[in-house]
Parts: sequence; C-alpha cells; structure tokens
Amino acid sequence: MSETTVSLKRRKRRINAVSVPAEAVIHIIMILFCLFCIIPFVFVVIISFTSEESIRQIGYSFIPNEWSVEGYQYVMKMGAQLWRSYFNSFFITVVGTICSVLMCVLYSYALFRPDFKYRNFFMFISFFTMMFGGGLAPTYAVSKQLLGLHDNYAALIVPLLFSPFNIVIMRTFFQSSVPTELIESAAIDGSGEYNTLFKIVVPIAKPGIATIALFNALAYWNDWFTAMIYVRDAKEYIPLQYLLIKMQRDVQFLSQNSASLGAEAVKAAVNLPAQSLKMVLVVMIVVPITFAYPFFQRYIISGLTVGSIKG
Amino acid sequence: MSTAAVNVNTDLAKKKSARRKKTFMLTTMVLPGAIWLLLLRYLPMFGIILAFKDYKVYPKNPTLLQNILHSKWVGFAKFKFIVASGNAWIMIRNTIGYNLIFIVLGLFFGVAFAIMLNEVTSKFVAKTYQTLMFFPYFMSWVVASYFLYAFLAPTNGLIPNMQKAKGVPADQIIDWYNYKKPWPFILIGARMWKGIGYGCVLYLSAITGIDSSLYEAASIDGASKWQQIKYVTLPHLKTMIVILIIMDVGKIFNADFGLFYNIPMASGLLTSVTQVIDTYVYSALMSTNDLSMSAAAGLTQNVLGFVCIMLANTITKKIDEDSSLF
Repeated sequence: MSETTVSLKRRKRRINAVSVPAEAVIHIIMILFCLFCIIPFVFVVIISFTSEESIRQIGYSFIPNEWSVEGYQYVMKMGAQLWRSYFNSFFITVVGTICSVLMCVLYSYALFRPDFKYRNFFMFISFFTMMFGGGLAPTYAVSKQLLGLHDNYAALIVPLLFSPFNIVIMRTFFQSSVPTELIESAAIDGSGEYNTLFKIVVPIAKPGIATIALFNALAYWNDWFTAMIYVRDAKEYIPLQYLLIKMQRDVQFLSQNSASLGAEAVKAAVNLPAQSLKMVLVVMIVVPITFAYPFFQRYIISGLTVGSIKG
Repeated sequence: MSTAAVNVNTDLAKKKSARRKKTFMLTTMVLPGAIWLLLLRYLPMFGIILAFKDYKVYPKNPTLLQNILHSKWVGFAKFKFIVASGNAWIMIRNTIGYNLIFIVLGLFFGVAFAIMLNEVTSKFVAKTYQTLMFFPYFMSWVVASYFLYAFLAPTNGLIPNMQKAKGVPADQIIDWYNYKKPWPFILIGARMWKGIGYGCVLYLSAITGIDSSLYEAASIDGASKWQQIKYVTLPHLKTMIVILIIMDVGKIFNADFGLFYNIPMASGLLTSVTQVIDTYVYSALMSTNDLSMSAAAGLTQNVLGFVCIMLANTITKKIDEDSSLF
C-alpha cells in the first residue's frame, strides 16, 4: 500500500492484508461457492410452494407460474404415513441420542481414568472395530436373526448406539478439560465413582457432551440406511428419510397410501400434489436441522477439530 | 490434607477393597458399550465363515446357527465368482478411483478455501461464508439426491425444461438418469458440495491457530502473500494434512454408500460408473439375497482396508512419529 494515498478505508485494513483486488476475487469465489451450496435447498423450498399445475406446465422452476401451499395442505390433512414417519424420526432421534450419549460418556470416562485397571483392554476392543469388522452381511444376519433387530424401534436405535470415533472425541474432551487431581480429591472425600462422574465431571465436560449429543442427533435424524436394511416394509416404523427413498422407488406408494385411507381420501388422491409433495417432505426434514444449525456449528466444529487431530 | 493423612493410616486390606470397588464400578461403566461391541461388532466377525459357505436356510430348524452349520463349505468359490463375473474389477476401480479423486480435490479445495477465508477482512462476512458452505454437510444423501433430482428429473427437472424452453428437440433432451457420461462428474460434484465446507472449517481452525507474529515477521522480511502461504501456512498444516490423507487412504476401499446409492437414484443403467464395493455388498445382500456372496465381497473389502490402514500407519510413523494413529 502506498503511504501517500492511504485513504481512510485503507487505513482500517489489517497490516499484511491481501490487496483489495485480491480480496475482491476471494469474495467472488466464496459467494459463488456459497450459492452452489445453498441454492439447491432454496430451489427445493420454492418447488414445495409451487402449484401442481405450474409444475405440469413448466416443470420445476425458480419462478413458478403459480404459487401454492397445496403440498403442505395435503400433508396437514391426510398424510397419516407421513406424520407417523415424522414422529418416528423425532422419536428415534430423541431416544437414540439420550441412550448413545449416556453410553458414550460412561465408556469414555472409564477410558479417561488412568487408574482404571482394564483401561487398555477396553480401549483396544473399541479401537479395533474402527479398523476391521465382519462386514454388512454377517452383521445383518446376527442383528436380524440372533438379536431380533428388525421391524421395531430397537432396530432403528441399537445399530447406531455406539461409535468408537465418538469415544475418541469424548475421551479427548475429558483429557483436555477435567484435571485428574479433581477426581483424586473427590475420591479422597469419599465420593463414589458415579457420583464423581455425574456431579463433578459431567458439568465440566458439558461442551464436549453437547458436541457428542449433536453428532448423535444428526446421525439418527439423517439415518436412512438402518431403516432400509432392518425395517424394509414395516410401515409403522419407517422414518422420514427412508420414506423419501421409498417414495422415489415405489411409484405407486402414494396412491396406495391414500387408497388405504378411505373413500374421502381417494377423491383427494386424484388431485394428489405428488410433485410438490416430495419436496415438502424434503423441506420438513431439513427445517429442524436449520433450527438446530447454530448449535451444530458451534459445537460440532470444536468436535470435528478435536476428532480429526486426535483421532 | 487431613483426609489424606487419615488415608495413609488405614490398613492395607481396606485400601485393596477400595481399589477393587473402584475397578468394579468403572467396569460397570464400560459394560453397556462393551456388550454392544460384543454383540454388534465381534459376534458378526464369526459370521465371516459365511463367505466360505453357500448359505442356505435349514428348513428343519431355521436359526442362524443351524443355517450356517448346515450350509455347504464352498471354499473360495464365491470370491472366484465375483472375479469371474467381471464385477470385481469395475467396483474396485470405481471405489479406489473415486476415493483418490475425492482425497485430492477435497484436500485442494479445503485448504485453498480455508486460506482464502482467512484473508477475508470482515469477520462477520467470513463467518457467513463458513455457515453457508458448511450447510450441505448436515444434509443426508437422501435429501441431497432430491436436491439434484430437482435439477435433473426427466419430465419436471429444471435443466430438461430449460432445454425444452430453448426449443431443443425432445429426443435430444438429456435423460440424465439414463446417460452415463456425466455421472463421474456429478458424483464428484455432489461429494465436493457436501464435503468442502467440512474440510474448509477443519483447515481454517488450524490456520487461525498459527501465531500471527510469524506472518508479521515474514511480511517485514518482504515475503509476498504467496511466499507466506508456501513457507508459513502450508508447513503448519502439514501434520494435519498428512494425518487426514493417511486416514482417507486407510479407508480407500470403503466407498461412501449413501452417495453412490442415493445420488443416482439407483438407476440400473448407470451401474458401470456408479458401482462401488459397498453398493455391490448391499445389492448382493438385499436384492439377490445371496448372504454368502455379500459376505465374500465385504470380507475382501475389510481385509484390503485393514492392510491399507496398517500400511498407511507404518508409513506415517516413519515420516512423523507423532502423527501416526497408533
């Protein structure tokens, strides 16, 4: 920067900042990439508010001929399966997150304790599964036939309960935030192990636990694979994500579903907003995530950083 | 301190029982996780023998154990079949090929965007960029497949309709889900869409951790921005980059199933460019119901993956002792 023509604006710039044109280029690249990231979602929201007639005429468009909420209205009125699936998604997310966080905290706390006798053994059995496993088919056979994990809520929750990766992250959080002296002095004061963990350690490690909770909540909310394998056709347990896959694969799914609802619905099925409806469901899946997004960003970034460096 | 003094005075036996109690309590803490690992990870490892048998349901007593016991041993027949069918080559090529491209592009864009983001003067604007580009990371591949579908869908998709509006004859409008050629690029694009924000955030947090006095010193010595990136930023990211590459190379035989299964909407005509080991393992299990075939492909994948991870780790250890996984 030449000293003679330093404008007020330029003086404000940091020492050693890139030149103004260079930063402009950076902004252009960043804006383009951000648009690339976000536009598909915006587009789907627009489609969800497009009337069926408009889709028939000009297809999906950023500027529909006619706006409409018929897709949403349909979901409100008669999407029995849709609401059931929506409920399922929430249910497995809440229950799954609570259980998996509890398991993760307990397991990684014991591994964090340097004075735990079997520490190395339990560390190894968890770590080893990150490198080798039986594979999909044997896991499927054991889960389904021996453990009865099919066509029930357990089948949707249990397979995702435990993650060695999360154990590594949680243990690192404990190591970086909980001083061992604290645990020692608690033990001297006669505090039991569970008491120490839940009364002393957990309050300190709250940010770490929040990270793990969000990781798990996201995994459960976004899960479709477990459902696709273990609850293939048990309609009452299908979560929303898998319902979307099913809707794409079974062309007749929607009309069948409406038919089972009775004559009133059959009449409506004729005017079924099939095209915008799918996109309504996508929006319904994404909206809860966008609400939780500020938390996700705050905690998951710290979790990712810890996990990637220590993992 | 007084409690400590009392502690010293207590007899050895009491101490021993306290230690035993502690071990017991801590063991109860790991128990739920350990049981889960035993049932859902270690028990299935015995199921690997499925790969060497021709799994058939035993009608008299159709429990898993009986089924396995009464199935015929076939040795490596399943493996030979996969190789002979020509699928092995395609799926291994696709798995490794795509993963290599993902690693290279992911690294390049992740680091480049992080460096650029770090140069943005307004912290608020930088944060906004980060928020927007991290968004796709939180979407499932199912949702992502619908995002793409909105653009490519045969009758209603945006692109076919734009072609129609331009007056392109009906037979020349691209039928995306039945047209192989662009799919490698679409899959790579989808993967970058979902993953770059994540990589960028990761590298950015490492860059912001670099001592700013290093840059100031460099700029006083007359180093240009490029030189600062080359001699200060990149060397600082080296360890992290190496670890992430090694971890990715260790997983090179594992494809992102969701990407390859959902994004092409399971279109059969695209198989030769979208088939990866994971999709083969899945379709052998769920579509053709050949448990043994699926187990054989899965076992091959896991053994290769295990060797890869071990190799990768050994190499890292040689380069930089601290960066190795174990």
